[in-house]
Amino acid sequence: MKSFAYVSAPDVRTAVSAIASAPNAKFLGGGTNLVDLMRGNIEQPDTVVDITRLPLTGVDLLPDGGVRIGALVRNSHLAAHPLIRSRYPVLSQALLMGASAQLRNMATVGGNLLQRTRCLYFYDRASACNKRVPGSGCDAIGGFNRNHAILGVSDGCIATNPSDMCVALAMLDAVVEVESTRGIRRIPMADFHLLPGETPHKETSVAADELITAVELPPLPIAANSRYRKVRDRASYAFALVSVGAAVEVNGGTVTQARLALGGVSAKPWRASKAEEVLVGAPATEETFRRAAAAELAAATARPDNEFKIGLAERTIVAVLRQLASKGDAA
Amino acid sequence: MTAVEQRGKAVGAPVDRVDGVAKTTGTAQFSAEHAYPGLAYAVVVHSSISRGQIAAIDTAEASAIPGVLKVITHENAPPMKPAPKQSMVNLSTIVSASSVNYLQTNEIHWDGQPVAVVVAQTSDAAKEAAALVDVSYRPAESFVDFAAGVPSAPLVKGNAFIPTGGKKGDAEAALAAAAVKVEARYTTPPYNHNAIEPHSTTAVWDGDRLTVHDATQGIDWFRTHIAMRFGVPAANVRVIAPYVGGGFGGKGFVWPGTLLAVLAARAVGRPVRLTLTREGVYRTVGGRTPSVQQVALGSTVDGKLTALVHKSVARVGRTGGQSEPITSQSRHLYAAENMLLEQRAVEQDILPTSSMRAPGESIGSFALESAVDELAVSLGMDPIELRMLNEPERDPLEGKPFAHRMLREAYAEGARRFGWSARSPEPRSTKDGRWLVGTGVASAFHPLMLFSANVTVRVSADGSVLVRCAMQEMGMGSATVQAQIAADALGVPVESVRVEYGDSALPAAPLAGGSLQTASVAASVLEVCAKARASLESLAKKAGAATGSSPQEVLAKAGVPFVEAAVGSDTRFGKVAGQLKMMRRLLRDRRYVRAATGAHFCEVRVDQDTGETRVSRWTSVFDVGRVINPKTAGSQLRGGIIMGIGMALAEETLFDPRTGRIMNAGLGEYHVPVHADIPPIDVSWIGDPDPTMPLGLLGVGEVGITGVAAAVANAVFHATGKRVRDLPITLDKLVP
Repeated sequence: MKSFAYVSAPDVRTAVSAIASAPNAKFLGGGTNLVDLMRGNIEQPDTVVDITRLPLTGVDLLPDGGVRIGALVRNSHLAAHPLIRSRYPVLSQALLMGASAQLRNMATVGGNLLQRTRCLYFYDRASACNKRVPGSGCDAIGGFNRNHAILGVSDGCIATNPSDMCVALAMLDAVVEVESTRGIRRIPMADFHLLPGETPHKETSVAADELITAVELPPLPIAANSRYRKVRDRASYAFALVSVGAAVEVNGGTVTQARLALGGVSAKPWRASKAEEVLVGAPATEETFRRAAAAELAAATARPDNEFKIGLAERTIVAVLRQLASKGDAA
Repeated sequence: MTAVEQRGKAVGAPVDRVDGVAKTTGTAQFSAEHAYPGLAYAVVVHSSISRGQIAAIDTAEASAIPGVLKVITHENAPPMKPAPKQSMVNLSTIVSASSVNYLQTNEIHWDGQPVAVVVAQTSDAAKEAAALVDVSYRPAESFVDFAAGVPSAPLVKGNAFIPTGGKKGDAEAALAAAAVKVEARYTTPPYNHNAIEPHSTTAVWDGDRLTVHDATQGIDWFRTHIAMRFGVPAANVRVIAPYVGGGFGGKGFVWPGTLLAVLAARAVGRPVRLTLTREGVYRTVGGRTPSVQQVALGSTVDGKLTALVHKSVARVGRTGGQSEPITSQSRHLYAAENMLLEQRAVEQDILPTSSMRAPGESIGSFALESAVDELAVSLGMDPIELRMLNEPERDPLEGKPFAHRMLREAYAEGARRFGWSARSPEPRSTKDGRWLVGTGVASAFHPLMLFSANVTVRVSADGSVLVRCAMQEMGMGSATVQAQIAADALGVPVESVRVEYGDSALPAAPLAGGSLQTASVAASVLEVCAKARASLESLAKKAGAATGSSPQEVLAKAGVPFVEAAVGSDTRFGKVAGQLKMMRRLLRDRRYVRAATGAHFCEVRVDQDTGETRVSRWTSVFDVGRVINPKTAGSQLRGGIIMGIGMALAEETLFDPRTGRIMNAGLGEYHVPVHADIPPIDVSWIGDPDPTMPLGLLGVGEVGITGVAAAVANAVFHATGKRVRDLPITLDKLVP
């Protein structure tokens, strides 16, 4: 690990001015991703601004029925919070299926939003990676890419976003609040993560000097009947091969509302809007679910190692919808 | 040798491990935890090409990091002698992992080979500087893709310990004529040991005397090897390893880290600690070979085997490696009329492969025991019935008697415990919600040898007993079980026995490998205790002690502070004599086939939508002779099964076939099983002593893992109707 300067910020204003004045600086939250990347010399900040003392740890009900979550709320705390468990079970489940208990106790909501890919070639300084060194090439495309993306890929990068939490946030249409010396911005989840295109090193729409301060969940009654399903290679402590976050409302045998997002398939948490379009207004049947899944995956591009993900994603979507629909018809 | 009668109550009792408190309270000092004044820290820089030369190495930036003492490269390293050629005449040579003489050459032989060592006052400074060492290479064409190497792999030459093939009758012709046959190709990926303790060495020179704290499975042979490499007499070198955090074969060879710590200590004139990162372990400690195996079985319509063909291809590094006796179990498990066994290995530009828990049988049994299951399916016969129908009375290949074989009893007991008779044989016939449920069986088999150990014992007037032997303790319970054995042999309580181990200053013991340590040391402990008893008896007679007096009473009565006895000798002559004695024993032991066996029963659940496979129930019954300590033996067997579940379902070292570089060098991406993957494991044993072994015990370190992957694969077939012949059985091989 490269030596670095350490600054501890007592409040948001100090934190954002510290980062604004230091070139090549990083905020340190739980450190569960950043410190690993620093150990591997993938991230080499000159300055680390410790934000763990900032008062961004609340989980509060908003007047409109939504919930505001402080950026420094630990993943385990958020997963156990009664508001989240009762109103947004998909988020609680996604958090609990991420990482290990020890990591969840440290990891923050803000840090989880910025979690970087687990591509083996990104982590290896001896390999070519356009994300790590723009323009150096991509060794994953002709190499081990079983865990890689099938949606929204480019010729320069096929990495996935590894977060489970972000899949739930995308499904819920969460809004991320960021702050810098220039002021406060609100970024809808749909715009938060970026597809690789020609610039795979640009992963989010957050600027280097912006601090994530909060995430807001809109009120969403159907989320009370929501679910997160993570498919992985072992029962715990493995990244998703495919994951599905979903909520549906069925009335008189017809799907009246549907929310669906996928993980493990793209550089961003993948909101499955094509599938949602097929679902809404259609009979809540296995055939509809299959059609919806196929519609979403029609644009998928696979490599030899990750071709299985297309079928797996379709089958997992169907399984989750089947289970949610069977939970009860409002009529 | 005959089985010794059980004299006391300690042998067979679930005694708590003697090092348990030290380990659970953190007072046990592992190799990375010894403090020395002026201790410096070393970090390895690894090659990022598989073959070629170092063109230039720039250490200026690294050297400028505050605290850096020296950046050692092939341009400035102190001399080290080349590795000895492996020879059966001098057994210590077999711990040589590779012929590369590290930092003495600019030649690169594998991706990950050490090209520099940074030594600094702190471990952080050494790590920071290591990333700044700038190496440029002249790459040469490398041969690293195993699949590409398979077709041209030559036959493996055998040695005294490892059989390499076998032939009986005309198996190919018998196969062609067989009424029922199965022929299939099975593959297993490379695996890594992943001991919880990364390899670590602390080296301290004092003139030409050297102390090495090293995480090793082979104290005595490591000492000989290190002394040879650094040109000092073995007597000047002390290797200390009282605690080793797991080895599984990975710590049985001298890998670069050990030598480079010693070299670095010499270069900077200070004690040096070199602890490998987890990535460093993957890059410099060889794992298990991948394999491609062909198995063909022919039988009569009634299921009598007429032909058994098992051919394997493994790989080794160009500078060393172990190809594993992959067809080993196929020599002994089934009474096939005709047999043909063949082992091949290809040499590639990769880190030398090494021995990993039950080398050979772990992966060989996957292919054989899967094929037997496939034959049972073809015959419409119960897989246990098929096995029992072909259970041999004598060794099927060479006709030798078995020293001990109770596989029938193991299957009968396992079937009862598991409830096998309730099984519906039809694949895909059992469902539980979205889960497809299946069960499978497979045989475990691991051959056993005895080496020799030097041991001393002292019985003191205060009632204490001290057993001394430089054996290794890697978590198996070595010291605990030898204390139990000595206690009963001397007729004293186990609490009064202390065992000193893990230090080359003690009488020499063989390496802990091949499941041979416990029995080998036990033989000497029994012998030395018998000698001590004889001394005590003559003392009792002289002093007029009452019949039935305890050793303590005899010594008090005689006014003698202690009696001592020794077996074996560490003098030069004594060592030669010991090795000759061992060779004689090995030759004599060839009269019969000696092995631990067992029967695994597995239940799996496969998700119909996603193909996710979880093991939900496990029962194993072993024939491991007499069990000295049910706690420690049970843990070893259970640990083997867990490691086998890992190899079946998740583990795989990813060597990029384009570069030979390991891409998942860490526990985040190399998937060992987590707790949630492992169901309660029901382990038991027959308990009947093996008449050819000391106390009738058979080593338990390795037999547990053998057969496990096949039992899982067979259960997956039963659950889904899909036969997966390529490990690991990941969900992509099961989804439609």
